[in-house]
Amino acid sequence: MMEPVLSIRDLHVSFATPAGRVQAVRGVSLDVQPGELVGIVGESGSGKSVSFLSIMGLLPGTASVTGSAKVAGTEMIGVPDSQVRAQRGKKIAMIFQDPLSALNPVHRIGAQVVEMIQAHQNVSKEAAHSRAVELLDLVGLPQPDVRARQYPHEFSGGMRQRVMIAMAIANDPDVLIADEPTTALDVTVQAQILDVIENVRRQLRTAVVFITHDLGVVARVADRVEVMYAGNTSERGLVNDIFATPHHPYTRGLLSSLPSANKERLKPIVGAPPNMIAPPSGCAFRARCEHALEACASAGNELVRIGSTETSCIRAAELQGSAP
Amino acid sequence: MLRYTLRRAVWLLPTLLLVTFLVYVALRLGTDPVASYRRTNIRASKKKIDQYIAANGLYSGAFGYIRGYFKWLWGFVTLDWPRSIKGSREVWPHLKDALANSLRLGLVASFIGILVGNALGVLAALRPGRLRDTLVNSSALVGLAVPPFVSALLLQLFFAVYWQKWFGYALFPVSGVYPAGHQGFDLFLMLKHMALPVVVVSIQSIAVYSRYMRASLLDVLNSEYMRTARAKGISERRVLVHHALRNALIPVTTLAFLDVGAVVGGLIITEGLFEYPGMGRFFLVAYSNGDFPELMPWMVLIIGSVVVFNLLADIAYAKLDPRIRLG
Amino acid sequence: MAETPASNLDAAVGLTAESLSPGRLAFRRFLTHRAAVVSVGILVLLILWVLLSPLTARYGVNEQVFDISQGPNQNLPPASFAWFGTDIIGRDVYSRVLYGVRVSLIIGLASAVFSLALGSLIGAVAGLKGGLFDDVVMRVTDVFLAFPFLVALLVVRNMFGAVGWVTFLVGEPSSVRFMVFLFAVFGWMGVARVLRAQVMSLKEREFVEAARALGASNARIIMRHLLPNSIGPMLVALSLGVVGAIVSEATLSLFGYGPDPGTGATSLGLMVAGSKSAVRAGYWWLALYPFAALLVITLCVSFIGDGLRDAFDPKHGGAR
Repeated sequence: MMEPVLSIRDLHVSFATPAGRVQAVRGVSLDVQPGELVGIVGESGSGKSVSFLSIMGLLPGTASVTGSAKVAGTEMIGVPDSQVRAQRGKKIAMIFQDPLSALNPVHRIGAQVVEMIQAHQNVSKEAAHSRAVELLDLVGLPQPDVRARQYPHEFSGGMRQRVMIAMAIANDPDVLIADEPTTALDVTVQAQILDVIENVRRQLRTAVVFITHDLGVVARVADRVEVMYAGNTSERGLVNDIFATPHHPYTRGLLSSLPSANKERLKPIVGAPPNMIAPPSGCAFRARCEHALEACASAGNELVRIGSTETSCIRAAELQGSAP
Repeated sequence: MLRYTLRRAVWLLPTLLLVTFLVYVALRLGTDPVASYRRTNIRASKKKIDQYIAANGLYSGAFGYIRGYFKWLWGFVTLDWPRSIKGSREVWPHLKDALANSLRLGLVASFIGILVGNALGVLAALRPGRLRDTLVNSSALVGLAVPPFVSALLLQLFFAVYWQKWFGYALFPVSGVYPAGHQGFDLFLMLKHMALPVVVVSIQSIAVYSRYMRASLLDVLNSEYMRTARAKGISERRVLVHHALRNALIPVTTLAFLDVGAVVGGLIITEGLFEYPGMGRFFLVAYSNGDFPELMPWMVLIIGSVVVFNLLADIAYAKLDPRIRLG
Repeated sequence: MAETPASNLDAAVGLTAESLSPGRLAFRRFLTHRAAVVSVGILVLLILWVLLSPLTARYGVNEQVFDISQGPNQNLPPASFAWFGTDIIGRDVYSRVLYGVRVSLIIGLASAVFSLALGSLIGAVAGLKGGLFDDVVMRVTDVFLAFPFLVALLVVRNMFGAVGWVTFLVGEPSSVRFMVFLFAVFGWMGVARVLRAQVMSLKEREFVEAARALGASNARIIMRHLLPNSIGPMLVALSLGVVGAIVSEATLSLFGYGPDPGTGATSLGLMVAGSKSAVRAGYWWLALYPFAALLVITLCVSFIGDGLRDAFDPKHGGAR
């Protein structure tokens, strides 16, 4: 097996709030291989964005982060800010949900990409600029040399997201974190952006972590899926396996709430995610789970392998084959 | 950019004409210039009064206001300004001195206010909710809530009256630009006379700018593109200067332009209380005399400055914020 | 340390468990603003003190503490028979401060309420209707806001003072009623701007469109949907208006354009004006007590306004 480009071990993130400590991420471990596209799925509040913001060192001072996260062998957690900053944008880059507000309105598009290049490469302004134009061309921006001189407000949402991607790949990072990159976009534009990301991955062999709550998108682009619930991984495996035979009742709930042609009715997951200030013991999903037993209250978060997938559900084996 | 500037500048003249006309009407209604003239010059002959009316275009009737305005306007632009009603002085030399005094006081105070206020605002916004922020924000609130006349009178009481009582001399004088009867230029004396008025005005503008800058910078710090900037891995210093301050300065710059434009109007309360012979005091005296020939040029200066600096503020805004610059 | 927008974080962390009405939430946040809460307390005490002034004020507003025949009664420092001393014609400063506070509070509140009502109406209509009406209103406010405030106030004061039906309705320029009228006529522009902006942004939101689709009239939309949603900025504007009117009254008084002291009326502004020359003579009590009363009011109202702003706009979380 290859050396993973991103290796997360026992990641914990909590926030100090007036109401108490919010435990947003509770022991996530994950490996991402070079060139792989991993989908991270979960509801808002499941800790999926927070996990990766913590690796990037982009959480506010109220957050406390423990555990380990190595990007291409370099530790990102518990090391000085300057060390994290040196990797940020170089080895690991990120694009965000809302392209409309993610670009600085007062700087030219080209200058914003150039800034990213010059932050990590010792090149002249001219060289950086022509590289920026190349990158804009790579992400499918028409007339990149003209567009580079324009400002963000002259761009549509989809075009701005392309710029964000161009910026993120400017230093040829090993890992690209895409945090709900298509959520704020129109459906047709979504497809284009997914194509751009796919294209980037193929050409640059960049590993992509694709955070989303949209299983449909994951099914389209991801190799592997990681389902998160209440700050933990509840199930992981290859995309096709998980979609074919989900083992965790939560994953099953997500899938049955997904619209599809041969389903008459959508079945929503009843109940609300748990309060993360005082998360429940054992399996966090048990309050909403129809299969919950007393034993679930003392279940750990260890993942059990069933076939090609791993799940935290202790009843996964016995529930296998019961109605989806 | 040029097109934007020209498009805005085209409105300069019409705005000036309209506003000066409104002021002309308001002043004529409010001060009744002819009655004021009679009151000030009790023994003026009928002929003198008619001359005064003709020189200032103070015709009666609705049409008389319009005709009178243009009569006044013609006299104004051909620099044929009527003389003041009191003592029949030439208006410009007097007005020029007042303008110089006000500019000196106002620009020094604005400079201090903008510099110190913005610095404090930045310091506060970088640590929201912490002690530093609370201190700056609360003192600014207090600074705004204390009316200028209160701080002026308290400063006079302390530095002049009680200092005199305790130490036998007044640390700072409380009125004028120079002591009575002083001739010529003396920088030290001038600064000494300016000190207290500058403090009074600076307190207010420091308070205004620190709160404005704080709010503006907090807005920017909470925006998404700050996260994008940090995600690039550039230094925190560059994030702050190049991304945060660059955006936060946009509204602050606009305010600064408007403020500097208002300096010409003098600081009426401060000048009044310190008997500082600037534009504010010029207005107070002229207004209480109902001195129409002095009031109109004063108003034109104020309006001109307000309108021009409004335009400059708009241009600066467009220059700093590409979203405005639509051509 | 790197930051992430607080709003995103709340959502990301799942801090949405509790659901409270916006009003209750704002109220809770207001309670965490200590300076504002203390200010409310002080202001309530001050108002009670003024309402109960017959219990503590031993002299009339224009009554001398004792007759001049019994000895000099002018400019006496604080003493047991006159807690705050006496003024230039031997009247009790304490009783006069209480009366002055009452007049100033009335001027402040009445002006603020009137200008708020006027400004809300004009702002809401301008925002909803747009077009020419909006343009004209906004240009007028621009000019007024850019003009030196005192100059505009004085010119307009005299202008209205010369108009017969205005003085018939609200009294001579030197009456308290006229002052309230003047400040109302001046105060609405700031409010109108705030409300217009509010309306413009609310107008685009779904619930207003829904109301429109159901055939609700403009007036109904304003009353039922827009005003309740604008309550935060309006309360803040109200607090600013109160301070503005009280300070304006004092400033006008200072330059001799305030209420007429000849009618026996007084206000904090008139007392401050009266202290101007007394201060130079060293009669500090003539300045100190009216100043203190004025500052208590302006500071308290300002802090309350700040608390309200933070409560309704938590993003800018301020002084605690």
